[in-house]
Amino acid sequence: MANVLIPTPLRKFTKGAEEVSVSGANIGELLTNLETNFPGIRARICDDKGKVRRFVNVFVEGEDIRFLDNLETAVKDADEVSIIPAIAGG
Amino acid sequence: MDGSPPQPMSPHSGSNTQDPPGRVPRRVDSITDLIGNTPLVRLGRIERECPGVELWAKAEYCNPGGSVKDRAALRIIEDARARGDIKPGMRLIDSTSGNTGVAYAMVGATFGIPITLVMPENVSAPRKQVTTAYGVEIIYSSPFEGSDGAIRLAHKLVEEHPDRYYYPDQYSNPSNPLAHYHGTGVEIWEQTGGRITHFVTGIGTSGTVMGTSRRLHEYSTSVRCIGIQPDDAMHGLEGMKHLPSSIVPKIYDENVLDDTIWMTTEDGWDMAERLAEEEGLFVGHSSGGNVAGALAIARELSKRGQSGVIVTILCDRGDRYFAPMKWEKDYVW
Repeated sequence: MANVLIPTPLRKFTKGAEEVSVSGANIGELLTNLETNFPGIRARICDDKGKVRRFVNVFVEGEDIRFLDNLETAVKDADEVSIIPAIAGG
Repeated sequence: MDGSPPQPMSPHSGSNTQDPPGRVPRRVDSITDLIGNTPLVRLGRIERECPGVELWAKAEYCNPGGSVKDRAALRIIEDARARGDIKPGMRLIDSTSGNTGVAYAMVGATFGIPITLVMPENVSAPRKQVTTAYGVEIIYSSPFEGSDGAIRLAHKLVEEHPDRYYYPDQYSNPSNPLAHYHGTGVEIWEQTGGRITHFVTGIGTSGTVMGTSRRLHEYSTSVRCIGIQPDDAMHGLEGMKHLPSSIVPKIYDENVLDDTIWMTTEDGWDMAERLAEEEGLFVGHSSGGNVAGALAIARELSKRGQSGVIVTILCDRGDRYFAPMKWEKDYVW
């Protein structure tokens, strides 16, 4: 299982948890399983077509999945997956 | 063409005595003299969607630091200096999502005030590069906790080192909205010849919308002042705050506003693209959100057969947000 780091705006779905363990061989599977565990969270990360929203960045072990294989990016056991939004004001 | 040398200028008188009012002066004593008095640009092509309604945008990216935040930073530092708050040897510290940091860096340089900025680690690379160029110290807060994480870290650092830092706290500092009360609000009223019917803009610290709206309401109670917030806590309108899920700035007072628009990230981003393609205005996503909000109001008015003069804010340029190129994937966030 991968360790997924959850940003504050999504912690309402994870009952406040900053880090959750989720299984999945790639990011697509991982997001599906994340949704099963925490209903509603996927729509905040992905658009209607299932693609990661333009303003959300997903990193596997510090690498942006846009520069890897997007949703097909492989995830290994104990990998760190970060979900990072844009910055709020000021 | 008589070859005579430039006229000497008295200090701080500004050089604009020979320039028509509202024009950028041809000579100034300091870069900070160029803050404010930004042009108002008509969105003549986007406006075609809403016959009878005028759409205008205040080009705040024309400020010398590149964003609307120059106004607040200048006023905050000037007021603090006037009160003697910044003691010798102290650094000014504040939390920022970026543009205020650039503004503090620029203004601080002109006054010789050392600056420390607390920014979320995931601010765009250009913001980090620009602020670093001015010689400021940057302390990064968690990328998972956004600007509220930066606010909490700034508080902590100031508590630990009260003698080291002067902490103006832009989210609580009355000088922030006052910059717009005395600047932006007056300028918009004059630039529209008092014809403005609606002022609409996004909320970050809320300084712009608070100060400008207060002034406009003083000119005429019939001007409608509307704030824009992202429609969800998880959003991509960098610079805007979703208040229901955030630390609400002390300077924010919802009673000042007549209404709030909840903006989707997609609509804001799409409008930012349209502004570049149709109006030649390459601006950031928050500006896109602002114009999308202004257009939504304009369409409503137009549908009802009403006229209107709607003004919004273009906060900064789009080049503050360039995504890293593929070969730069190892860039530091």
